[in-house]
This record gives sequence, structure tokens and C-alpha cells, in this order.
Amino acid sequence: MLNQTPIWKYFLVLLVIGASALYALPNIYGEDHAIQISAGRNAQVTENMIPSIQSLLTSNEIETKRIEFTDDKILVRVNNSDTQLVAREVLEKRLGDDYFVAMNLAPDTPQWLASLGGSPMKLGLDLRGGVHFLMEVDMNSAISKATEDMVGDFRTALRQENIRYRSVKQVGDAVNIQFREQDTLDSARFFLRNRNPDLVFTERDGLIIRATFSENRLVQIRDYAVKQNITIIRNRVNQLGVAEPLVQKQGAERIVVQLPGIQDTAKAKEILNATATLEFRMVDQDNDVRDAVNGRIPPSSILVEDRSGVPQLLKKRVMLTGNHIIDANSGVDEYGIPQVNISLDSKGGTKMSQGTKDNIGNPMATVFIEYKATGERDSNDKLIFEKKEEVISIATIQARLGSNFRITGLDSPKEARDLALLLRAGALIAPITIVEERTVGPSLGAENIELGMKAIQGGLLLVLVFMLFYYKAFGIVANIALVANLVMIVGVMSMIPGATLTLPGMAGIVLTVGMAVDANVLIFERIREELRDGRSPQQAIHHGYDSAFSTILDANITTFIAGLILFAVGTGPIKGFSITLMIGIATSMFTAIILTRVLVNLIWGGRRLESLSI
Amino acid sequence: MRLLKINNTVNFMRLRIPALVISTLLIVGSLVSLAVNQLNWGLDFTGGTLIEVGYPNTANLDEIRRELDAASFGDAIVQNFGSSQDVLIRLAPREGVKSAEVGDQVMLALRATGKDVDMRRIEFVGPNVGEELTEQGGLAMLTALICILIYVAMRFEWRFALGSVSALAHDVIITLGLFSVLQLEFDLTILAAVLAVIGYSLNDTIVVSDRIRENFRKIRKAESEEIINISLTQTLNRTIITSVTTILVLLVLFFVGGALIHGFSTALLFGVVIGTYSSIYISSSVALLLGISKEDLIPEVIEKEGEDLDPMI
Repeated sequence: MLNQTPIWKYFLVLLVIGASALYALPNIYGEDHAIQISAGRNAQVTENMIPSIQSLLTSNEIETKRIEFTDDKILVRVNNSDTQLVAREVLEKRLGDDYFVAMNLAPDTPQWLASLGGSPMKLGLDLRGGVHFLMEVDMNSAISKATEDMVGDFRTALRQENIRYRSVKQVGDAVNIQFREQDTLDSARFFLRNRNPDLVFTERDGLIIRATFSENRLVQIRDYAVKQNITIIRNRVNQLGVAEPLVQKQGAERIVVQLPGIQDTAKAKEILNATATLEFRMVDQDNDVRDAVNGRIPPSSILVEDRSGVPQLLKKRVMLTGNHIIDANSGVDEYGIPQVNISLDSKGGTKMSQGTKDNIGNPMATVFIEYKATGERDSNDKLIFEKKEEVISIATIQARLGSNFRITGLDSPKEARDLALLLRAGALIAPITIVEERTVGPSLGAENIELGMKAIQGGLLLVLVFMLFYYKAFGIVANIALVANLVMIVGVMSMIPGATLTLPGMAGIVLTVGMAVDANVLIFERIREELRDGRSPQQAIHHGYDSAFSTILDANITTFIAGLILFAVGTGPIKGFSITLMIGIATSMFTAIILTRVLVNLIWGGRRLESLSI
Repeated sequence: MRLLKINNTVNFMRLRIPALVISTLLIVGSLVSLAVNQLNWGLDFTGGTLIEVGYPNTANLDEIRRELDAASFGDAIVQNFGSSQDVLIRLAPREGVKSAEVGDQVMLALRATGKDVDMRRIEFVGPNVGEELTEQGGLAMLTALICILIYVAMRFEWRFALGSVSALAHDVIITLGLFSVLQLEFDLTILAAVLAVIGYSLNDTIVVSDRIRENFRKIRKAESEEIINISLTQTLNRTIITSVTTILVLLVLFFVGGALIHGFSTALLFGVVIGTYSSIYISSSVALLLGISKEDLIPEVIEKEGEDLDPMI
């Protein structure tokens, strides 16, 4: 008998549709406005904090839905965005600098669904509101700075080697070294080549050697400049109170920063651009810290607290500032004890060497200086920043230090990592500029969702009516497939972690609704043709599906190729659109071919039929 | 119910010369307009700043212009967007001022008098980024066309491949031409729409080509022209119905989807109409002009596509 479906195919269809429906389900529950509390550098978030937070909020007449503790974070769910704003302010004031208090949208997915990995679709910034920045690292200044260092470095190295040169000069992104005789030039070239494998040396007229960076070294410099900026931006974004920030490298010299939920872009920009710096100072051992704490600070010294709040008395004279640091890395020494390796530029090396010469055996402090936004504004509406100084390390100088030295005796690898991070943050960085900004206010975001949903519903309704009217009973089958298709798109979008729903993405879904019926139209028109050619209904169904299949496959594969290219080459809105388009093509193939066949077989298959309602 | 009850083969190809003439005229017209008027490039491609603000009541555009002028943003273009409460302000890229801060400065200027102005969106694109996006967009379009050309050539025959790609190029050029003639703003979303038009038109063309191939193999005694006519007639119902459902949803998108999606749905609506026409007239006429014949499509081993695969349905 024709048009029978094997049992396993029913199971397959039920399984696929059921799984998609299950993962699409969290979208119905939606998201709560929430406040997320996480620990800063010197604090820890524990479950015990919940009662005090609850009573604090209650005393401020803030209604909460639920307070949860997961993954070392506390999540306070509230009823609406106004409460969220107030609650954040109250909590931030109480908890202070040691905690990060961020606004968030937390999925309100039931426990059982969440434990199956279910979560709603991620909404793009155009639907959720927020800021998107594209920042460009000024590579010219990064390279120019590196070239500058090369000049000082060559002078010292050649002098130490007793190779007499006439001049060392920076010419654009290259360094020219001029000599008086050919012999010295030859020996200098031999020496420099061996010493700097990552530089390219070429001989020029007039007894000149020109040094440029090799391609590899340039890539390294660029990479470092971008990475360093990313580290710093990540650090600062925490201050902004954003729960799910995205800071990512894009291309060779750009950084994408996405801050969902942020509305005050001016504040965001000022905080991202705030500077941090470092100072190395000797510890003042001649005077007593206790006297200083009691108000008798010697004129040549200052009092700075360290990270646990213990005051330290330091010399006023700054030995070296952070803008001479080129790199800082954490690692372990030969005995496996954590340490931080620091590289300075040549000027910094000279200063360090002079400063430490007479101080061997004495403690040296590293002070981290940061400018934090106070939240208040001055008369020009600019944010007021507060200078915060903190001693992040005190180490005893073991020997005269040069361009490369290390800080040892750290307690844990984590401490070493933190210190290296702070050192890098305070080092000189290549400047960045914002080259693209897209900010969507919360009202527009909400409106976009509403319009998008309306368009999807309206489009779906029209197509459903049309198909029912035109194909009657077969139209109902196609309509079931169309609705199942929508459920599957939502389910798949929720399952793929990287997929984000955007406004163009919603337009893509609408378009898919219109185009997804195409496969069914092809099949049904074929069935009608076969009927007209005088085949029996069962044979018409069989041949209709059979001969339409390869056409549908070809047509969909070519459209899929177009979608794939859009995804690979496109950015922003194009990517969002292509994701839903591709998912829509894949799911519509399944629903329009397999699901409808199972339904058609279930309804009409294996029986004697006089006619078909098509 | 049937949309069209056609019992005789429609002689589509009789009109192919006039159709080719019209299409050529449209393409030339589009190219001329693109050369003379160019496209009204949107912010994504030109760079600059765009600010959309919402007022609680009807916005007074003149007053906004005065406020901006006072804050030395005299070159701003101010217009309503979507409704009388929403206002769109555009500013060309400017030297000197830290361009990323322009948006915030404009918001300050508008709020200076203490009015309740809702910031709906700020977009700033640096001039270099704009240039890159233009390049990327063009590249995306070309890569898509070439990949499709290769796939169709492999799957069908080079004459069909050239036929379908010329139909796609036809659709893209005329859609761009429309945007140029009407001076509608062309931004990244419109580019996505044009690429979706490629997808749609291709879908249509493949369906027709597939039927032509099938009929070349099935109907032994017939001229190429006649076979194309038969195939077009057989697929006509499907072509129209799919266009109708797609146009229906696009109309919904146009009227319900909001101002942000207007350009997108305009491009698609127009593209779907052009794409439907081109799949009937352009792709098959070009294949016919290139001399497609039965011998080109009868495979050496007669084997149905996918016969060696397990049936999926």
C-alpha cells in the first residue's frame, strides 16, 4: 500500500518537534528585571548576605520577587525597571566599592526547564536597549612608541659593546644608525643582528644601518596593544554595572564593546576613557608609620593604604612611573614560586637602574592610581572623578635593577596574576578612539520587539488564512507545518548559544513565514497536476512528494548558500538577518517535507480514496 | 480552487524579445541613475551621527533647529521619523570635535531647556568604518553571486547558471536603480534586503530551471522554446502563489513593522515582484539565447537525482 509511514518516523517527528517546543518554551516565561551583586577584588559574596539585603530593601520600601544565590553571585529579582533603578542605587550605596552591583535581565525560566539547559533567546541591543561601541587602537602611536624605545636601546647597547656610532635617529617607523667607518658598521651590524632577531637591518648610503621591525614583531606589537586595551576595558566595564558586557577583539586593531541596558552613554564613555597609572616609590623607613597616621606626616613622605587597608609611609619622590612599563606577566620561578616579570622601556631601565643603585636591600612600593567616577557631576556636567591610590606591592630590592626585573615572593599564582594585571593596567597604553557607536534607548527597544511580534503574527495569520482557503484540507496540513516551523526556529535560536535575535532577524522570520510555504505549494501543485493527469489520489500524493523533492532541495540549498555568505561577510544587522534566514531554511525543509508527509499519510494514506480535498 | 485554470500552454517566449528590450531599458536606466544620482547612502556608509529622539507631544521641528543652531549644530538635518513625536537628527562627520561625543552633546542641547526628551537611539559611524562597510557589502554581493553561479553550473548546466545569475544581476541592478531614482536611503539593512532578494529570485529561478530540465528529459519531440513554454506554464501557479504569500507578509511588515523596517520591506517588495518576472523571462530567455538544447541536459547515465539516497519522505 502506498503512503504509509514507518513507526520510527512518527517518533522522529515527535522527538524533533517536541525538543524544539521544549527549548522554545522558556521564551514564554520571559525575563525579570534583576540586580546582580558580585564580588570585587577584596570581597566575597556569600549566601549569608541575603537576609541583610532583604531587610535593607524592605526598609526602603522596595518590593522584591525573589533573591537567589548562584555561582558566587546574588540575584535580586524585582517587578519592573523603575524598582530596578531604585534598588540598584540603594544597594550600591550600601555595599560600596568592594562589590559590583549591576542591572540585569534574568530569565524567569522554571527550575526544571533551566536544569535541562533551557533559556530564552538572547535579544540584540536593538531590541533590548544598550550601547555598542567599536573602538580602534591607534597603532601608529603604539609603533612609534616602540620605535622610540629602539633608539634608546641601541644607544645603550652599542655603548656597552664599545662600538662608536655617530648618531642614532628615529626616521618614521625606522631607526637610522650612522657610523664613521665601514669597519665599525660591519661589527655593529653583526652584533645587532644577533642581539635583535625580530628586527630587520638594511645598509644605506652614507655609512648608515636602518633598523625596522620584522613583520612578526609588528604583529606582536599590534596584538599586545589590542590585548592590553581589552584587559583595561574589561576592568572598567565592571564599574559601569553591566551584567553581561561583551568586550571582544574584532579584526587586527579594533575592539567591540557591547553594554546591554546602559543608557547613559556619556558616563560609559568617560569611565571607559578614565586613566590609571602606576608609581614606584621607596618605602620611608626613617620615620614611624604610627606618627604619620596620627597626623605627623614628614614633608618628604606620603601615606598610602595598601589593599587590606594598612597604611604605608612612602617617599614622596617618584622613582619611576607606569608609562615606562612595556609588559608585565605572571609566571613561576625555577622553584615554582609565583612571580611577576616586568619589562621597561630603555628610559625606564636607566631610571630604574639609577634609582635602585643605592637602595639595594631596601623595600620598594608599587602604587596603583586609579580615577573612579563618583557619580556626581560638576557645573559643566562632566563626571567628577576621584583619585584613588593604593599600594599593590612592597618588595625588597635584591640587586640593581634594569629594563627587565621581577617581583618574587608572592603568595599565590592568583596574586601574581592580579598584580600583573594591575601593572599592565597602569602601563602606558596605545590610545583608542571610538569609530562606531550605536545606542538604542530602552523605549525604542521595547517598541521594536512589539512591532516585530505584530509583524510576525500578522504575516502568519494572513498566510494561514490564504493556505486554508486555497488548499482546504491540505492547507490545514501546511498550516500545522508552518506553525511547527515557527516553534522550531524559536527553539533552535534559543538552543544555539551564539544566536542573537535582532530586528532584522525578526524581519528574517517574517520573510521565512512567507517563503516556507513555498515547499508545500510546490508539492501540492504537483499533486494537483498528477491528479489532472489521471492518477489515483494515492499515486498522486506519492509522485507529488517524490518529484517535488529535488526541486525543493536545490532551491533551498542555493538560498542557504546566499545566507551563509551573508553570515560570513556581513556585520551587525546583516548577520542577525542571515542567522534567522538559515535556521528558517533548515527547519522549513523539515516541516514542509517530512512533517507534512507524515500528516498526509496519517490522514489519507493506506485507504481507498475517490478524491482529495486539495 | 485554482488561481488560474490554464489548459493550453501559454506562449511566454513569444514575448521574450519585448521583455528583453524592457529589461535592457530598465537596466540601462538604473545604471544611468546610479551613475548620475548615485545612491542615497545611509549613515552606515557615509559616516556621521544620527540621533532619534522622542517628545511626549508633537515635536516642534523649528524650535529643535533653533536649539541645535544655538549649540553650533546648524548643519543638522532635522525631520520627523515615523510619527509626529519622533524626530531624526542627522549630522555629517565633522573635523575637530571628538566625533563620538557629538551625540551626547546634541542630547544635552535638546535637554538644556528642561524639556522631557527621550533618547531613542544614537548612531555614530566613523568615516573609515563607512568605507570599509561599503567595500564589505559589495564584496558580499559579488561572492554570493559567484558561489551561486558555481553551484548552479555544477548542479544543472552552465547555460542555466549564466541564465540564473543574469536574472539575479538584473534584479539587483533594477532594485538598486529604484532606490537611486526615488533617492531612498540605502543602509546596511537595505543591503541585507537586496541579498534576500537574490535568495528569493534564485529560489524561483531554480524551480523553473528544474522543471525545464525535467521536461527536456521527458518530452522527446519538442523544440526548446516549446519546452520552456510548457515548463513555465506548469510552474506558473506555484510562482504566483509563492509570490502572493511572500508579498502578503511583506505588506504586513511594511505597514506594521515600524519606520526602522520600512526601507527593508520596500526593497524586498519591489525585489520580489522583479524577481518573479525575471525568473519567468530573464533566466530562461538567456538560457535559450545561449542555445540550450535537449542534448545538454540528457545525462549520460539516466539516473534520477537522489535515487541513490535513502528516501527522506
